[in-house]
Amino acid sequence: MQNRKNRKGAVLFTDYNRGRSIKKALSMSREEVLFEIKESKLKGRGGAGFPTSTKWMLTAAAKSDVKYVICNADEGEPGTFKDRVLLSEYPDLVFDGMVIAGYVIGAKEGIVYLRGEYEYMLDSLNEYLEVIRKENLLGKNILGKDKSKEGFDFDIRIHLGNGAYVCGEETALIESLEGHRGEARNRPPFPVNSGFKGKPTTVNNVETLAAVTKIIENSGKWYQEHGTDKSTGSKLFSVSGDCEKPGVYELPWGTKISELLKIVSAKNTKAVQVGGASGICLDKSQFNRTLGYEDMPTGGSIIVFNESRNMLKVLKNFMEFFVEESCGQCTPCRIGNVKLLEGVKMIERNEFTFNYINKLKELGATMQVASKCGLGQSSPNSFISILENFKDEILNTGLNSTSFGNGGNNGK
Amino acid sequence: MLVQEKNSLTEEIEKYVEELGKDRSALLEILHLLQKKHRCIPDFAQQEVARLLDIHPVEVFSVITFYSFLNAEPKGRNIVRVCQTISCDMKGKDNLCNAIEREIGIKFGETSKDNKFTLEYTNCLGLCDQGPAMAVNDRVYTSLTPEKAVEILNGVK
Ligand SMILES: Cc1cc2nc3c(=O)[nH]c(=O)nc-3n(C[C@H](O)[C@H](O)[C@H](O)COP(=O)(O)O)c2cc1C
Ligand code: SF4
Ligand code: FES
Repeated sequence: MQNRKNRKGAVLFTDYNRGRSIKKALSMSREEVLFEIKESKLKGRGGAGFPTSTKWMLTAAAKSDVKYVICNADEGEPGTFKDRVLLSEYPDLVFDGMVIAGYVIGAKEGIVYLRGEYEYMLDSLNEYLEVIRKENLLGKNILGKDKSKEGFDFDIRIHLGNGAYVCGEETALIESLEGHRGEARNRPPFPVNSGFKGKPTTVNNVETLAAVTKIIENSGKWYQEHGTDKSTGSKLFSVSGDCEKPGVYELPWGTKISELLKIVSAKNTKAVQVGGASGICLDKSQFNRTLGYEDMPTGGSIIVFNESRNMLKVLKNFMEFFVEESCGQCTPCRIGNVKLLEGVKMIERNEFTFNYINKLKELGATMQVASKCGLGQSSPNSFISILENFKDEILNTGLNSTSFGNGGNNGK
Repeated sequence: MLVQEKNSLTEEIEKYVEELGKDRSALLEILHLLQKKHRCIPDFAQQEVARLLDIHPVEVFSVITFYSFLNAEPKGRNIVRVCQTISCDMKGKDNLCNAIEREIGIKFGETSKDNKFTLEYTNCLGLCDQGPAMAVNDRVYTSLTPEKAVEILNGVK
């Protein structure tokens, strides 16, 4: 088992004394803090890659007495577990980042939306919050910021999810927090203007908030020196599947897939799924591609498949996931995913026509533009990329019904 | 349900509402507490929650049906959830599930006659580096073999 002591990295997996960045941030003006974040060019680590400084600026500029910071710890994308590591081993980075966010946007309350599957962390996280409350890193007049004028008050509570992947989508998350079904909202309005209870809200991924803490500790310029021009800083990758050393790795953006495969000791690799079930699947010819916004942006899920795996079964596993997790609110996603899964089963039984499979790919392209939220917009990615990149194996061999490997038949 | 049971359920819900507030945003936390205590949210509880939060009972029901960790009908005393997603699948979750089914004598999706176990599949538990993974109630177990999984279930009360 790994722990904080033996993790290695350049930005996040480094030493830190809790409260340090809060203290520094509170000695600066809000604009100065925002400037550092802007200078760092940090982009959201939840997958969408929206510039964090812009999100905070918009929330800070929105007129309202009440605002909220939400830490998105719903981490449900298959193959993702980096936020689990951050929350259990680096809560100092995450919560300090939330306090700094609260200071910049002018919020008094922060909410962590913790996926129900992580309930086993709840007690220790609450204990941690209690400790930093005692140290006045949380609560009323944090670190006695200003004795003469009004201080900065901010507190954090943790809300448990109840087992729904779509609640990671920020507007579905807010619906869920408000006591509704987790169904994505129409946008605009965006949460920065009208989020939780209609108030300006910034929703950030766990890793984004942890990065903020390091940026304030060391400066935006320092952060920018890591990674590449458009993809600054480091990224946590959750690596699983066929490799000897699965786990969470902190690597600079710009790392090539082939380099990553070496680091995790993957042998006889046939395919790499980048970005989880909603990401895309690469074949060998694409292992020289680089991880980063220039080429392959990702929330960090990397699943490795060796030569023994049946890619049709992999695809079936992903499509079953989306059929189960679609909130069912809009037709392209609710019906589309069922149709794509049916198509996979037709191929499995060798009862497909190329004509129909092409129609399904077109349906996938329609879902990408016509679905209401990111779930339906990205669920066809696997379908399209696996059928393109592993066409010969899947469509041209007729081997599907006598399948080999155990790539995911869900025990059915 | 007996009148006494009804009264105590009402009292319990009133207590939650007092702690968490009458706002709609308290709904999921209240349902979570009820689910934990009673392993389901029975009809009468749904009506009482609706009454105290001033929303329609159908709203409460529709929220319950949306979330996979909430249910209106009772399940077994222990809920076993095995991750069915790809990384755990590749690490041999099928063998695990077959062994569990043989040992407990029911299929996934079913509840045992003595109400001790409900077996379910779940999607990625965020433990993909240590698959196959399984949750029993709110505890998780990783790097399982069929033998280990069965042993764990045998140790459950
Ligand atoms: C279906 C779906 C699931 C998502 N799940 C998560 C999640 O678990 N964690 C997360 O941080 N963002 C998730 N997102 C992205 C969020 O909507 C949002 O973009 C993100 O929390 C913003 O934070 P960031 O700017 O710090 O990345 C998801 C998006 C979609 C469409
Ligand atoms: S795309 Fe899917 S998950 Fe998103 S709103 Fe539509 S049905 Fe719901
Ligand atoms: S795939 Fe099983 S825990 Fe992620």
